[in-house]
Amino acid sequence: MDILNAISIGFKEIWAHKFRSLLTMLGIILGVSSLVAMSALVKGMENGMKEALIAIGGLEKVRVEEQDIPAHQRHLEDQAVGCTVHDVYALRRSAPLIKLVAPEMRVSPGGGWGGRSSTLITHGTRTLRERANLIGTWPSALEMNQHVLEHGRMFNEIDDENAWNVCVIGTSIRDQLFGSPEEVGQEIVPIGEYININNQPFRVIGLFQHYEGEQERKLRELEKDQPKQVQTGPERRRGWGSSRGGQNSWVYSMKNSTIYIPLNTMWIKFRSGGSGTNSIPDPRLSSLYIKVADIEMLEPALQQAKNVMMHTHKGIEDFSFQTQENWSENITTAIRNARMSGGFIAAISLLVGGIGIMNIMLASITERIREIGIRKAIGATHVDVFIQILIESVVIALIGGLAGLVTSYGLVNVLTVLSPTENTPVITVNSMALAFAFSALVGVLAGLVPAFKAAKLDPIQALRYE
Amino acid sequence: MALVKLRNVSKIYHLGGEEIRALDDVSLDIQAGEFISIIGPSGSGKSTLMHILGCLDTPTRGTIQLDGVMIHDASSRQLAGIRNQKIGFVFQFFNLLPKLSVLQNVELPMVYSGLPNRERKNRALDALKLVGLENRSKHRPLQLSGGQQQRVAIARALVNNPKIVFADEPTGNLDSHTGHAILELFRKLSQEGRTIALVTHDPDIAAVTPRRIEIRDGKIAKQLDPKLAGLCPV
Repeated sequence: MDILNAISIGFKEIWAHKFRSLLTMLGIILGVSSLVAMSALVKGMENGMKEALIAIGGLEKVRVEEQDIPAHQRHLEDQAVGCTVHDVYALRRSAPLIKLVAPEMRVSPGGGWGGRSSTLITHGTRTLRERANLIGTWPSALEMNQHVLEHGRMFNEIDDENAWNVCVIGTSIRDQLFGSPEEVGQEIVPIGEYININNQPFRVIGLFQHYEGEQERKLRELEKDQPKQVQTGPERRRGWGSSRGGQNSWVYSMKNSTIYIPLNTMWIKFRSGGSGTNSIPDPRLSSLYIKVADIEMLEPALQQAKNVMMHTHKGIEDFSFQTQENWSENITTAIRNARMSGGFIAAISLLVGGIGIMNIMLASITERIREIGIRKAIGATHVDVFIQILIESVVIALIGGLAGLVTSYGLVNVLTVLSPTENTPVITVNSMALAFAFSALVGVLAGLVPAFKAAKLDPIQALRYE
Repeated sequence: MALVKLRNVSKIYHLGGEEIRALDDVSLDIQAGEFISIIGPSGSGKSTLMHILGCLDTPTRGTIQLDGVMIHDASSRQLAGIRNQKIGFVFQFFNLLPKLSVLQNVELPMVYSGLPNRERKNRALDALKLVGLENRSKHRPLQLSGGQQQRVAIARALVNNPKIVFADEPTGNLDSHTGHAILELFRKLSQEGRTIALVTHDPDIAAVTPRRIEIRDGKIAKQLDPKLAGLCPV
């Protein structure tokens, strides 16, 4: 008996018991669709996390941090200079494994984000309410932090050399000082405008693009279509801890509230005590970022950077390196855990589906003992009967698998509605192929026992069976 | 040479320690083209004899030769092939598959012998013509009368041109009128040269065949053979 014939018999059997077959398939449908949906959710999560990691500069970006001097060098503490612009030049000159160096200087040494208390940023009557990320840096920061200019230009070496009062700002700064597109109804490009930073006028020469995760983008597009909510009562802002978006959104909001000014401008205008006294400005950098040329060469590159900096620091080890490896590892672990638990649940439902198929096939062959006896009497071999039953089981599983793939689209939508996540689930072809292959495997495994039972039926007994 | 040659065949069952000899040292020859009946009350062993002759069962002892091939120790796979190619069965309860059409039922033996679609259909239609049911090929078995169903079963038994056809109580489920029509069909087929063995408990039915073998307690009790008439009452 040929396979095509067995397949057509399989379809006939399924068609003859439509409702029963549908119930049986339901297990496989749910198993396949939950497998696909689960992997779509995990894929979405992975994409969001990777997007955030790339937005912050990727794995290649390493932060050089100041560190307490080790105990055996404590007596040299007054010799320690900290990270200065000399390190930057030395690294650029003598560390070929490092592609990019970007110094960062903030208003107050050692301070984290430029706080509102120390920096006053205004434009006309508007004042910056939220924290700004005011940084004096080099043009290389653009590439280092994966910034993209939407309008205008980045300041260049000449701006830096002359310590001109120019700045490049993020959209969040623009929104607060000039009005956001949602507020004004059109996008304001403030190139050429002046903003005041601690009462010093700075010309805006560039505007970064708006950075956002996928979920935020979707939310924004959704809000566009809806009328703006009328705010009642006193004006209030929500704390930024509860800002919309998910766990990775701080990456984007931090990038959006960036103000870059040239390093020298920062040093001369803000570090010198403000009002032009004769005190020597503090030359120390707040932080220093390096980007290695090749992530595979991270270890030797860091060693090289260390050697160079040990030289400029006169042998005092008052610095350390902080990589994004931890973050990357966290992503990998989180993804693996999600995949394991989701895969486990989906595997259980596929298993249940398989048990359902086995059950129904056993019932089916009991009903058809006489038929099997007739087939054997007129010349069906063990193998013929075995293959026939096995193919029926596989056909049920494959139809269920196909239906499950279709259902998975719906299931993903239902899941997104029931529990919105920050990332769009992504249904991948791989997961669909995997789920379908699993349904076929389940069909084969579930059919083995019934097929074997049917094949070894004695034709005489089977013909006598009432 | 005889088509079927049984020599000292025994079939022994063990039922709870007790030995039951369903067939006890039976020897029998069937020539090609013969029309014979195997008679005996229920429990006599005639069904066992038919199962062994029909390659559905293997004997405990003894040898069987069918069409020149020794089959008493063949594997189940070989037996299936022999059943498919050389033997046709007609049963008391017709044993048609209710989900298949009449034509598909008749095609079934050829499905297992791996004939191409078109030839299967032509041969099945020819076989249906032989039993006078070519205009019922699209019907389901349950839409036909008992006599018609049995004709379909006969067509199915003949479609692979078997060496021998076994009919197990073929009229047992039919009224006497249709039963006679079926017997008439067998007689006609026999006259066309086919080898047919009727298995029955009814001496009236056995009377249509020239040669009769009576089985009792697993042994051949009486044999009526026109060629040896009077010489061998056994």
